[in-house]
Amino acid sequence: MSVLAHIFEAAGIATVVLSSIREVAAKVSPPRALHCEFPLGRPLGIPNDVDFQTDVLARAFALLNETSGPILVDHPVVIEADEQPVACAIPPRFDASLPPSVDEARGLRKAYGRALERRGVTSVGRAITADEVPSALAVLHAIANGADWATTEIPGGNVMSVCHDIRTYYEEAALELIDGPQPGGRAMENWFFETTEAGATVLSARSAMRDAGAKFPVWFYMAPGNR
Amino acid sequence: MNGDQMMRAHSATLPAPQFENPAWVTPVPLAQAKVAIVTSAALYAVGDEGFTAGDTSYRFIERDRRDLVLGHWSPNFDQMGVKMDLNVVYPIDRLEELAAKGIIGSVAPRHLSFAGNQPDDVSTIRLDTGPAAAAALRQDGVDVVILTPV
Repeated sequence: MSVLAHIFEAAGIATVVLSSIREVAAKVSPPRALHCEFPLGRPLGIPNDVDFQTDVLARAFALLNETSGPILVDHPVVIEADEQPVACAIPPRFDASLPPSVDEARGLRKAYGRALERRGVTSVGRAITADEVPSALAVLHAIANGADWATTEIPGGNVMSVCHDIRTYYEEAALELIDGPQPGGRAMENWFFETTEAGATVLSARSAMRDAGAKFPVWFYMAPGNR
Repeated sequence: MNGDQMMRAHSATLPAPQFENPAWVTPVPLAQAKVAIVTSAALYAVGDEGFTAGDTSYRFIERDRRDLVLGHWSPNFDQMGVKMDLNVVYPIDRLEELAAKGIIGSVAPRHLSFAGNQPDDVSTIRLDTGPAAAAALRQDGVDVVILTPV
């Protein structure tokens, strides 16, 4: 973002960056930056909080009144990512003959469908469709349990994209199942990786691929780096 | 260390591109300015082309579009905020409100989306797609951009 600010400024457009990583903004020195120590992925701070978002923009636009720079100002509020999983009940198991994650994913199909209907858009579909999520989990389950990943056919061909679609399917479905306050930054990620069968399957398959000699980017980006 | 702390600590160690003699634009007063959003969230409108890993290209987002897909490849950030409220990444409704109140002059007819996870030297964006995107917004009469990172 800070790099783009220099480029746009050189083209004659005044810029303000909402910085998310202070050291980067300090090093790249865009003309005007408001550093916002908010959860990564939420540069305006709080979803569905019109007043808070409007205040962030007001503070950012106020930097346009400065006559010289570079300017790096801190937003006074710090919002930490959530360390806890969001509370989200999953439909009970239906078919005990299936691997747990496959059965679980099937159980979420209706919630996912409601989310899609309500929101009108989904980010599932980079490699597989929502209907292919259970079979993709069956493949990851097999890899986690010893199948050779190099010769196993991965749906969509790209395991990183498949893991994106599985996680996104779960997180979008969960939007219809959570009750209570709006989840904080990473609370939904914590829920997926720490409480669901699918999250455990992705992490187990990832470990198995790492131990079997898969190249670093192939296995590493199946899940966040701190997992 | 949680995921955000790890990403911030890691990013702080990466080499940063340097800009000699950086440009400085004195904008028209905000109440007269046409404002655009430039985000690195790899958002794109339904029906438009998605982003590949390390994609250095950009997508236009027309002012009235809200059906946006999150095309970012990194698993290392919260992906739910933007699903609950587009404006937490792409504050298009906030800009519309500010324009209606006369606080900003107007909202640009189209906005821009890049993919945030880029090679360290970002040379293609710096030398090619970045200037091309900026020229397009300039052609639209944009005076001010607000840049929102993911």
